[in-house]
Amino acid sequence: MNLGGGQTAKAMSAPSSSASLKSGDVVSDQFPAGLRVLVVDDDPTCLRILEKMLRNCLYEVTKCNRAEIALKLLRDNRNGYDIVISDVHMPDMDGFKLLEQVGLEMDLPVIMMSADDSKNVVMKGVTHGACDYLIKPVRIEALKNIWQHVVRKRKHEWKDKDFEQSGSAEEGERLVKPLEDVDYSSSATEGNWKTSKRRKDEEDEPEEKDDTSSLKKPRVVWSVELHQQFVAAVNQLGIDKAVPKKILELMNVPGLTRENVASHLQKYRLYLRRLSGVSSHQNGLNSSFMGTPEATFASMSSLGGLDLQALAATGHIPAQSLASLQALGRPTTKNSISMPMVDQRNLFSFETPKLRFGDGQQQLNNNSKQINLLHGIPTNMEPKQLASLNQSAQTFGGLNMQVNPQASQSSSLLVQMSHPMSRTQMLNENKGNHVPRLQSSIGQPILSNGIHSGVLSRNGIVDNVRGAVYNPVSQASSLVDFSINKSAELPGNSFAQVSNSGISSLTSKGIIQEEVSSEVKGSRGFIHSYDIFNELQQHKAQDWGMQNVGSTFDASQHSALQGSLDVSPSSLVQQGFSSSQKDRNVSIGDAIFSGGEGAHCNNSKFGQQFNSFVADNTLRVKAERLPDSGCQNNLFPQQFGQEDLMSALLKQQEGIGSVESEFGFDGYPLDKFPV
Amino acid sequence: MERNQLRRKLANMRQSLFEQGYLDEQFTQLEELQDDANPNFVEEVVTLFYRDSARTIQNIEQALEKNPLDFAQLDSYMHQFKGSCSSIGAVKVKSESTQFRNYCKEGNAEGCRRTFHQLKKEYAALKKKLELYFQYARQAGPDETACRPK
Repeated sequence: MNLGGGQTAKAMSAPSSSASLKSGDVVSDQFPAGLRVLVVDDDPTCLRILEKMLRNCLYEVTKCNRAEIALKLLRDNRNGYDIVISDVHMPDMDGFKLLEQVGLEMDLPVIMMSADDSKNVVMKGVTHGACDYLIKPVRIEALKNIWQHVVRKRKHEWKDKDFEQSGSAEEGERLVKPLEDVDYSSSATEGNWKTSKRRKDEEDEPEEKDDTSSLKKPRVVWSVELHQQFVAAVNQLGIDKAVPKKILELMNVPGLTRENVASHLQKYRLYLRRLSGVSSHQNGLNSSFMGTPEATFASMSSLGGLDLQALAATGHIPAQSLASLQALGRPTTKNSISMPMVDQRNLFSFETPKLRFGDGQQQLNNNSKQINLLHGIPTNMEPKQLASLNQSAQTFGGLNMQVNPQASQSSSLLVQMSHPMSRTQMLNENKGNHVPRLQSSIGQPILSNGIHSGVLSRNGIVDNVRGAVYNPVSQASSLVDFSINKSAELPGNSFAQVSNSGISSLTSKGIIQEEVSSEVKGSRGFIHSYDIFNELQQHKAQDWGMQNVGSTFDASQHSALQGSLDVSPSSLVQQGFSSSQKDRNVSIGDAIFSGGEGAHCNNSKFGQQFNSFVADNTLRVKAERLPDSGCQNNLFPQQFGQEDLMSALLKQQEGIGSVESEFGFDGYPLDKFPV
Repeated sequence: MERNQLRRKLANMRQSLFEQGYLDEQFTQLEELQDDANPNFVEEVVTLFYRDSARTIQNIEQALEKNPLDFAQLDSYMHQFKGSCSSIGAVKVKSESTQFRNYCKEGNAEGCRRTFHQLKKEYAALKKKLELYFQYARQAGPDETACRPK
């Protein structure tokens, strides 16, 4: 093995490892041959067999029986390996820790393996960033294909470069930046916990960021212990408040400099983003990966494993909630508010359809489009910034506020990050449902906004589901004005519990609150349900909020439409949506129903359409719910939704009606999750 | 002639190991890995397995003497053992270890002890059979020789 000992750290970002891959996508004929593999297993028998198998695949194999040694090898020769294969159960270091370290320090694909084929262990591996999980006994057929992961990883890196601006960013790290430019999207990929201020700060130090991505040569060896100390310090401070100086003080390690900590903090953030980046990938480019659990899982972990679950739970609901949100907005005639809601929903709707519907193709397209939408949305927002902008600003401020107060939350988030295990567990619980719904979950936050009005009902549902999980809502309520209002209402529901809701509520609140304070409360409740995933949710919520804002603007433009929508709702309802005139409106509805039709996807693509036609959506939603309840039911078979929706509809026959229906959906997801 | 007889005997032994459920296709995988670079790869691995797993067996034995049993510890040991034996295709031993782990999860001490007893029996029986098998294999010489008409 030629090690690139002398090579510079930059190799990481542009892996030069095997000569075959040097040109990136161009692969030499011999390509898989010579792939440099590091195998780590404490079991000598397995190690020997693996070594032999890998050699028979013509790979260059380095074996080692201890994780610590593996880490040392990787550190000493940063460009010496293309891929790592590690056992999960090892006496000196948990395979997941090794995985985490590798993910943190060097961006190499890691394959986990174990005789343990239980889903939660596999899930854990995936959420920790493993690119594959092999069950022992490992067969040579499986090893013959591992080079795929190397190529895939590199391809992502290349694409990242190419698409930085497009926002398709496959890798969380790089995506984040582009997204940030867009503003709105950034929240989703990154640690959303970061407030807009935070983003500004980061933008102020772009150089630093670049440095990290190219992996500086570390002067300090971040041993597992040191890293744990670091993570503990960051968690204590809260990810958004963690600055190198304070971390250094907390760690109190002699010889460690602020620069060391700063560098490591950057890497850590990148690591967190990379985990979350998976999700972003899914949304954007990786729609193709939708089917793969990895992506979803990864996204979960990054965003917050919770988010995924929440998403899953909310996923179904989102559409409904969106519809309901829209409905709410309509009645109030609050253009700006309603609009934002719609936008969010649209986004969500896209996601949800994918998850729910098997239609991978359309969904994928949608995904990519979704990204576009997000970007586009921001722009939309600018022109239309009018009231909506103000609102958005408020929401942001609210978010920021929340963030600070939520320091504890963020810390919890960090904890989660550090402990992928917990997330995985969560995921596991949600499992099947979650995975398919992950994307939807993102949408859910939006929904939550829309849901606001419906919130009460939803909250009730959510509470039931995750009652135990939720902490006191205090954060949300305190942080956001809206939340406060809601909190009063919520108390009965117990929604207040989750601080997380605060974030989602914030975004939604920004828009919605103005219009419907009560609604906002409800949405918070939903958020709470996601509590575990608060961080993620928050982030997402912010993103959504941003998106929403944009959408709101759109809505304002189409305000006239809304009016029409209101009228049409009952009559047009389903049909109207499909029609070109009401396409926009329809699209929203579709998104909500997503499930339903390919058309929806298209609609979603047209952010404007979606945005503008919240009302339509509401209409549709109502219509669907009432007559077509079947559709929704299909999507959310278990949802209480129908009853809830019905009741909600009855209660709020008007725009609210839709909201209620949304709630019903939410209720479904929640139930699923809790179980 | 002698060699051919030996070969046939060897093939029969091998066949019966599969038929009696001692080995599974993972063992075949190991055989396929055998090449010029590692002409005795299967034997090498099996020897490695028995050398390494003896320690694990001993650990489990000691852990089973404790009262109350530390099921988590037992499960951890057995997990390791299971990984090894599944890697060489020792399917009978592997299924015992799976059973053992199930009892660990249930907290069934009696089940654990009984299964471990059975596991050791299978473990020893397989060892004996494989030792004999490899002994014949060495006498029969490498495959290439056997295949070549003399």
